[in-house]
Amino acid sequence: MSYEVDGQEIATDEEGYITDLSDWTPELAEVIAKAEGVEMTDEHWAVVNFLRDYYEEYQIAPAVRVLIKSIKKSMGPEVGNNKYMYELFPYGPAKQACKIAGLPKPTGCV
Amino acid sequence: MEDGVKKFLYVNRKAPYGTIYALEALEVVLIGAAFDQDVSLAFLDDGVFQLTKAQDTKEIGVKNFSPTFRALGDYEVTKLYVEKESLDERGLTADDLQEITYEDEDDDWAEKPSIIIVSRSEMADVMAGQDVILSF
Repeated sequence: MSYEVDGQEIATDEEGYITDLSDWTPELAEVIAKAEGVEMTDEHWAVVNFLRDYYEEYQIAPAVRVLIKSIKKSMGPEVGNNKYMYELFPYGPAKQACKIAGLPKPTGCV
Repeated sequence: MEDGVKKFLYVNRKAPYGTIYALEALEVVLIGAAFDQDVSLAFLDDGVFQLTKAQDTKEIGVKNFSPTFRALGDYEVTKLYVEKESLDERGLTADDLQEITYEDEDDDWAEKPSIIIVSRSEMADVMAGQDVILSF
């Protein structure tokens, strides 16, 4: 499968994760989110930006419990809890948010 | 010790690049960290090169995964034993290793070093105290 942004085709793997991480743009994130049925709000963006920063620093996408713990620390318990994070990203905050953030699937995710 | 919690030691003996062992070991550690066990890592022989700072893999066309060691604290992996003799034999010192820290939840999130330099005989004691040892 692939996504289209401004007439340009962006390649992905069979699950919809982009194959070249440097293809990512905020516009592409909106396109992926739409394909996932997610409407991007400020909270969604905060999580996506957090994931991108984490990947930039550590070269991995964090496991979901590490993600939620870190979000809790940086943004407070009203955002950093399981229930709210699954409301934002119904198919899994790590899995789905990573896809929108243009990162590989978190290590250990099946 | 809590019920069902075992002490796991992952032993790293190989250089970071050239074989897949080092990267695979790190992935196993990250995945295994989800099971709430008591996890430590040991670095000896050429494995000590895995922790050196300022790694640059551009010319060999593989990903530099050394920054990932700094994420281990988030996964509650906070004990990285490095054998002093292995460093000495390779002309390395503790200063050649990257700084790796974790935040101690029980001590008001104080930042503490994860790397523990041990002698060969201390490393033997570390190994003797484990329930499970996985060698890479």
